[in-house]
Amino acid sequence: MTGLIVLAVYVGIFVAAMVIFTRLGAKMRDYTSLKTVTFGDESAVRPNRAAGIISILTLFLLWGMFTGSSLIPGFLHAPAPFQGQTSFDLTVEANGQTDMSSVTVLVHEREQNPDDVEVEPGDGFAKNDSITVAQYRSQLVSFDRNDEITRADGAEVVAVNGQRVRPGDRIEIEGGSVTISDKGTPNFEPYNGMQMEPLYLPSPEAVVDRTIKVLDEGFRGTSLLGHLGWSLFRVIAGFVCGAIVGIPLGYAMGLSNWFRGWFDPIVEFMRPVPPLALIPLVIIWAGIGETGKIILLFLAALWIMAIAARSGVSGVNIAKVHAAYSLGASKWQIMRYVIIPNSLPEIFTGARVAMGVCWGTVVAAELVAAEKGAGMMIMVASKFQNTDIVILGIILIGVIGFGIDMLMRGAERFMVPWKGKG
Amino acid sequence: MSGLSIDKLSMRFDLPNGGSVQALKDVSLELKAGELLSVLGPSGCGKTTLLNIVAGFLAPTDGVMKLNGHQITGPDAERGMVFQQGALFEWMSVRDNVGFGPSMKGMPKHDKAEIVNHLLDVVGLQDFKEKAVYELSGGMQQRVALARCLANDPDVILMDEPLGALDALTREKMQSLVLKLWKETGKTIILITHSVEEALLLGERLIVMAPRPGRIHKEYRLPFAELGVSSDLREVKKHPDFAKKREEILGMIWDMEEEIMGRSEASA
Ligand SMILES: Nc1ncnc2c1ncn2[C@@H]1O[C@H](COP(=O)(O)OP(=O)(O)O)[C@@H](O)[C@H]1O
Ligand SMILES: [Mg+2]
Repeated sequence: MTGLIVLAVYVGIFVAAMVIFTRLGAKMRDYTSLKTVTFGDESAVRPNRAAGIISILTLFLLWGMFTGSSLIPGFLHAPAPFQGQTSFDLTVEANGQTDMSSVTVLVHEREQNPDDVEVEPGDGFAKNDSITVAQYRSQLVSFDRNDEITRADGAEVVAVNGQRVRPGDRIEIEGGSVTISDKGTPNFEPYNGMQMEPLYLPSPEAVVDRTIKVLDEGFRGTSLLGHLGWSLFRVIAGFVCGAIVGIPLGYAMGLSNWFRGWFDPIVEFMRPVPPLALIPLVIIWAGIGETGKIILLFLAALWIMAIAARSGVSGVNIAKVHAAYSLGASKWQIMRYVIIPNSLPEIFTGARVAMGVCWGTVVAAELVAAEKGAGMMIMVASKFQNTDIVILGIILIGVIGFGIDMLMRGAERFMVPWKGKG
Repeated sequence: MSGLSIDKLSMRFDLPNGGSVQALKDVSLELKAGELLSVLGPSGCGKTTLLNIVAGFLAPTDGVMKLNGHQITGPDAERGMVFQQGALFEWMSVRDNVGFGPSMKGMPKHDKAEIVNHLLDVVGLQDFKEKAVYELSGGMQQRVALARCLANDPDVILMDEPLGALDALTREKMQSLVLKLWKETGKTIILITHSVEEALLLGERLIVMAPRPGRIHKEYRLPFAELGVSSDLREVKKHPDFAKKREEILGMIWDMEEEIMGRSEASA
């Protein structure tokens, strides 16, 4: 239900922003804006900057709206869960007599544990009651606890706030609802509103607060940067080992029949095996320590780099090799001046893929078993229901993954400017 | 014994399906040092195969080739190659491409720079020497390829449709350049082309090949290359003999093409 509302709000903002910004959007006067055929011309489609900004803002807006964030004005909040005091009347019938009693309810936040509100017992055989209930929970009202005639003696609830009820009925009252159970006990449920429970989705400021706290105190004996640093260290160590073995292996496969024949079946078999599937075996063989993780990442990077190097060699235009031989180059010189530079673009592409896979694999491996690392952080946090740390971890993992890819792209532009120009 | 001699060269490709293609059959040819030979023929008649064998990239199934008296067994710096396109090293600047051969020989930097500079002047690319080759136009790239080949000072230059990918205007300029380089350097050149006009203009000698099996169909000695060295190529084309020869050869190739078509229709 809430999900549908979130989706509706999201689509609403999308459509409204699109209508407004494509109408008002500044008309750019460049070559592309003069193209009359844009629908179907992919090169004429460029990301709308306003859309990008609004897209990100919308995500945060929705997050704030449905968590009651104090960062956005209150009127934008989705209906909040009820909190505070409310009451309802019960009409109790026993042995032919009826009496009214009131039930005072105090709805409080999860973490608090206030005392019941003091109430006058009132007159008649049914005395007034007082209960407390946490948000998002419900509470049975043992209305006869303090009554002169108890349920054992035949007392039963026949009306709530004057409305007649039978077991199974549900009556809406201020701040929640009362359901009569099959055994005749009223059950109070406070109104949940449409916001997410902080346990499931903390507000942005809660995540920020937690970030500051974790930055300050660390998490499980290691600083936040320490956790991320360990994950990065494993990725880089695994990737470097994978590249050191994989690239020469790929070259050998691209240059020698024997190597090609020997390693093709292995590489082709290992390529489709997701590195995650190797975690159990690696744990059995190498344990859960650093060695095991680096071996896992090594295996994740190895095949990708070998295949990249192999296709880098086989992708060389034979005319270049022939030309080099005709210019008097030796085999070694062909390798050094033709095959290696020619394969670098492929190797960089492979390295980008491998780094992405390694980053994903390290987080997954740490989820399974680790004492430090980004994955361990979110896994342990989730066990203790620290959803804010989980969200913080996910955001950081995403940002670092993105950062790695950006760095690799930058390195590629700098190192192999001839990519795609051959 | 200076020059290139090709004796009864045959080449058969065995196909994976068990059949085979006779790409060349008994091709014999004597080329004296400094001669310029153009090779013409319908596509698939074995021109590229012939050149690849002479370059040493392929071993013939039969026949012997000798350059200056010694047998050709593999690629060597004595036989330079200019390809249609895509053979430049895009990870090197124009200068490094041209200097590739001397670098491989380990020539001292100074000598190499001198050669490279001279050749860049000859092909008119002095201003572009620091540029990456992919920043150049197609015509400029072929000039780099020519300079790169000449920098190595080969005895024979083999060109496989070197101007085939260029537009008509650039092509004409490049034809003049090839003639000029031929005259200035005195190299032996074999040039493959599918343009009859180009073959006539650039061929001191011209062979027309016939397909299936690939063989030499007819050979000409032509005056146009000599004429072209000293005068405008457009003037050469106005020569009455030029038009006559062009029609004759065009007709010959047309007939071959038609025969191929007829044969493949019959087999279909
Ligand atoms: N590697 C090869 N394997 C099989 N057949 C080939 C191979 N190379 C060339 N051929 C065949 O040899 C013939 C001559 O080819 P090619 O020398 O490329 O002709 P051209 O350059 O004159 O167009 C063609 O029929 C072609 O199909
Ligand atoms: Mg060819």
